[in-house]
This record gives sequence, structure tokens and C-alpha cells, in this order.
Amino acid sequence: MVKINGEEYDLAGETLSDYLASANYSMAFIAVEINGQIVPKSQIGSVVLRDGDTVEIVSFVGGG
Amino acid sequence: MPLQDDQKLRYARQLILKEIGGKGQEKLLSAKVLVIGAGGLGSAAISYLAAAGIGTIGIADCDRVELSNLQRQILHTTARVGEAKADSARKFVGELNPDVKVELHPGRVNAANIAALIEPYDFVLDCVDRFGTKFLINDACVLGKKPYSHAGVVRFSGQALTYVPGQGPCLRCLIGSVPHGATCASVGIVGAAAAVLGGVQALETIKYLLGAGELLTGRVFYFDGLSMTARTAEFCGRDPACAVCSETPSIVSLCENAAEYEDCN
Repeated sequence: MVKINGEEYDLAGETLSDYLASANYSMAFIAVEINGQIVPKSQIGSVVLRDGDTVEIVSFVGGG
Repeated sequence: MPLQDDQKLRYARQLILKEIGGKGQEKLLSAKVLVIGAGGLGSAAISYLAAAGIGTIGIADCDRVELSNLQRQILHTTARVGEAKADSARKFVGELNPDVKVELHPGRVNAANIAALIEPYDFVLDCVDRFGTKFLINDACVLGKKPYSHAGVVRFSGQALTYVPGQGPCLRCLIGSVPHGATCASVGIVGAAAAVLGGVQALETIKYLLGAGELLTGRVFYFDGLSMTARTAEFCGRDPACAVCSETPSIVSLCENAAEYEDCN
């Protein structure tokens, strides 16, 4: 199981990009943290989710 | 320069901190900090930097004070609606702390002028309200080897990170290229949320100038005022493919990349 933003999903072995696309995330605004570490933007496409991963997806905001 | 008697009183509560003391206060008084944007984030940041006795504060903002700014932009007042924000900010700082020299930059910050603008300063704060300008500041600070504090805020929440040349990732490592959307004007904002993030930026500035504590370098601070949670996420390091801070950057000239900074927000 993979925990994403606090909820468990059966996604081990799936790619992170497939999940983000299926959940309608806009890639432009988000940073993805896996097991407490932020994934560099250019590497999000190559991440495969593993059993036990904890994923946090956070949106960046541009106001000031 | 040794502290005057009235300065010993004014800064008494920070002079007793072991991280500041007389030497630290002299560092703050001799520091030059540039705040780009005198809006919601900038109001909080400028207020606390001025109060702490940052010797020179540059303020860059090309807008005028509007009535709709006042629920969050506490540098400005009802009587100063219509004035240039930079002028209004100078009045606020002058009344708060005469130790602070204010340098105004009332023109629009762009790819052609930002390198010269940031050059004289020890530290830069991104307090602007558009992603395009945030990326312009990021790229200018990376190329100009200038430490800076990024923050963004809308609604009840926001994020902050601190870039130090040669030490950590930059904004581009995190979000790649300029996204469009989610500004204060389009989605709204609570003033107190801007105060939290602007306060974080002031604190990061003061820590950097003192060499105290641990900066938000290689980390991102997230704050959500609705759930009232705050946390930091570690960054694995610089993005080896980052367009501006990697070993082989594709962005080497701000002017050549100017179109990206002109976002539609």
C-alpha cells in the first residue's frame, strides 16, 4: 500500500506520473514529497511507487 | 559603529539574545536588504526588518495603494490610498525606526534591470504576487549568486524556502517553470496568513545576516492556517537538470528568458 496525503492506495508498482494524471493534478503547481524528501521536478516522471511509500503532494502558491 | 544609548534601549529585547547581542545588532544595522514587493508578504517582512534595525532596506514596488490592499497590506493606510506603495512604505518605516535608511525602487522590476537592482544588497526577499516575477527573482539571484527568501501565499496557506548560493536547491528545482494561476487577486487571501509567511521571511533574513540557526535551505516550509499545521519537507539536493542552478544550465541570460517571466497574472 502507498499512503498519499494521509490515505492508503493500492498503487505499489505504479508510476507516480500515472497517479498524478489520474487524480487530475496540475503538474505545474505541485511538489511531491516521498518519505519526507522532495523529488526534484525533472525526476517525477521516473518515480515508481513502492509498497510502504508515504507520498505528500503539495501545491505551490504564487500570491504575495 | 558602537550602539548609542537609545539604540541599547530600542533593541534591548534582542540584545539579550545570545544569537544577537551587541555584535549581532551591529551586523543588522550595517546590513543591506532588498524587499521586492510591498504588499501582503512585504508588509510583514518590512515591518519586522525595520523594527529589528536592518540598517538599509531597499523597497521595490511599482504599484499604488488601493483600498482593496488594506485588509492585508499593513504598511499602508486609508489616508495613503492612491500613493505609490514604495513612498507609503517609506513613511511607515520612517515612523517606526529612524535608524533605517530606506532606498526606494519605484519602477517595475524586469529582466533588464534586476541584476543591477539586487547587486548592492546582502539579501533579497521575494514578496511579489506573481509566479513570473518570483521566477525572475529566483533566476537573478542564482545567476547573481545572491541569497534570497522565497514565499508565496494565497487563501489561508503558503510556502517559504531560502536559497543560498552554492548550498541548496532553488525554486526552479521544485517547480520547474512558471505556472499560471493562484494569485491573491484571483483566489483571495487572509491578511494574517500573509503575515505568517512574511514573518518567516523576515526571520530567515535576520538569521542569515547573523549566521544563526538553520535556514530553510534545502527545505520547504509549508503553512496551512485552516488546519493550523506547519511542516518542513527536506529536499534531496539540487535538481541535476534544473534549468538555472544545475552544472549545465539552459538559462544563462535573464533577457533571453524574459518571455517566461511575463506571466498573465
